[in-house]
Amino acid sequence: MFSFISGGVQDLVASTSRMPLVGALGWQDVRQRYRRSALGPFWLTLSMGVMIASIGIVFGQIFNSPIHEFFPYLSVGLILWMFMLNTISEGCAGFISSDAIIKQLPIPLPVHVYRLVWRNIIILAHNLIIFPLVLIIVQKPIGWIALMSIPGFVLLLINMLWVALLLSTICARYRDIPQIVASVMQVVFYLTPIMWLPSMIPNKSGSLIVGLNPFYHLIEIVRAPLMGANATHLNWMVTIGIAVVGWLLTLSVYGRYRRRIAYWL
Amino acid sequence: MASISFDAVTVDFPVYNSSARSLKKRLFQVATGGQLSADDKGRVVVRSLEGLTFDIVKGERVALLGHNGAGKSSLLRLLSGVYFPSTGVAKVDGTIGSLIDISLGIDHEATGRDNVYLRGALLGLSKATIEEKMDEIIDFSELGDFVDMPLRTYSSGMHLRLAFAVSTIIRPEILLMDEWLSVGDEGFKHKAEERLTSLVDATDILIIATHSKDMLLRVCTRAIWLEHGRIKMDADAKTVADAYFGA
Repeated sequence: MFSFISGGVQDLVASTSRMPLVGALGWQDVRQRYRRSALGPFWLTLSMGVMIASIGIVFGQIFNSPIHEFFPYLSVGLILWMFMLNTISEGCAGFISSDAIIKQLPIPLPVHVYRLVWRNIIILAHNLIIFPLVLIIVQKPIGWIALMSIPGFVLLLINMLWVALLLSTICARYRDIPQIVASVMQVVFYLTPIMWLPSMIPNKSGSLIVGLNPFYHLIEIVRAPLMGANATHLNWMVTIGIAVVGWLLTLSVYGRYRRRIAYWL
Repeated sequence: MASISFDAVTVDFPVYNSSARSLKKRLFQVATGGQLSADDKGRVVVRSLEGLTFDIVKGERVALLGHNGAGKSSLLRLLSGVYFPSTGVAKVDGTIGSLIDISLGIDHEATGRDNVYLRGALLGLSKATIEEKMDEIIDFSELGDFVDMPLRTYSSGMHLRLAFAVSTIIRPEILLMDEWLSVGDEGFKHKAEERLTSLVDATDILIIATHSKDMLLRVCTRAIWLEHGRIKMDADAKTVADAYFGA
């Protein structure tokens, strides 16, 4: 067990020396998708903006919630959700889509996972432009507490990295998993307070749906500070706990099978 | 110092997606490719290399001979560190460079210059090294102003010249090749030949999979003949060439 973990760690460390490659490939992915289009990646920003506006108007009315609270809440939630959703679903294809490189060049495998996470960070950065715009439109001030979202995001990222690495490994072997992940994520979207506020559902079932949902805690450590409140201790404890357990699990699985992955592709 | 040492190296491919039943009928039949068999859990396994034992020391130029599916590519992948042996020990000391699939990672919408960076990063070159070599690469590939045009506007010759120019700036201790590279028209071919020869001369060990007797006799000192994933003959180039191609 320990030797697997140390093997996995070795690969992770070796991958950090290939960061220039990660950067180049990640940027190329984004550019390739939007080359020769006038707006480029800002198409994503635009469609995200339209989505936030329409969901915001409809659900804001249905829930009868004040616009200057609901719109910023919805936009941060949706932007973060898109980041997590894309990282996780592309994580399923992390090794599969890089098979040509994996079978030809001895590049440490986590590079391919870093690449997809980096690509999604770039896209997230494009989407993030919406948030200050929303704040201006609804005229909601933002305080220093918002800076706490930075460590929150780092923790979210640490969690996304293990999820992507674990899924890349498992999906290289079991090709049914991506479909399962896709359906699960669809359900999770409705179970997670993104389009609705936790305070909107009755206390008992609410605390169960929300409290047991890791995605809620992951979103909350970034979203709460941006809404002007600190994330709760519970949010931090849960996300740190998931990170520790998740990385241990991922490293033992990845470390165990890293030498087999090229054969699975 | 560069050296390679293989001890009873075997490579088994698990086959998960084929119907095990229909393949089972063919169990233990010797195919042109590897040998099909089943492991103890009943999964279908293709044995692509079996019991390979050899040592290669500095200065050797080794040709890999064998029919399609004899295991040449698998062996090259083992040597490059992409595959790990299923059983046995494969020890490879020294930096490894590969001229197999020199177009890998090339983006057709990106400019020639961007592709040089991309390809260079894949080969593990630092940005500074690539920048330093950029003029030489552009000059060598004879692209001129085309280097700032997207690659899809290139002719296939230009494409290959660029890929060749970038891929040959590496200076590894162990060089892996799949056939001797030959690119471009007559004039360029000569230049490319020179560049490739100087690259080969600078490496400690060359391993090249080939079907060419001329190349084998001209470049190699030793040849390994693979058949059905096993070593059929491992001797000096002349002896193996005579046996393989017929005297």
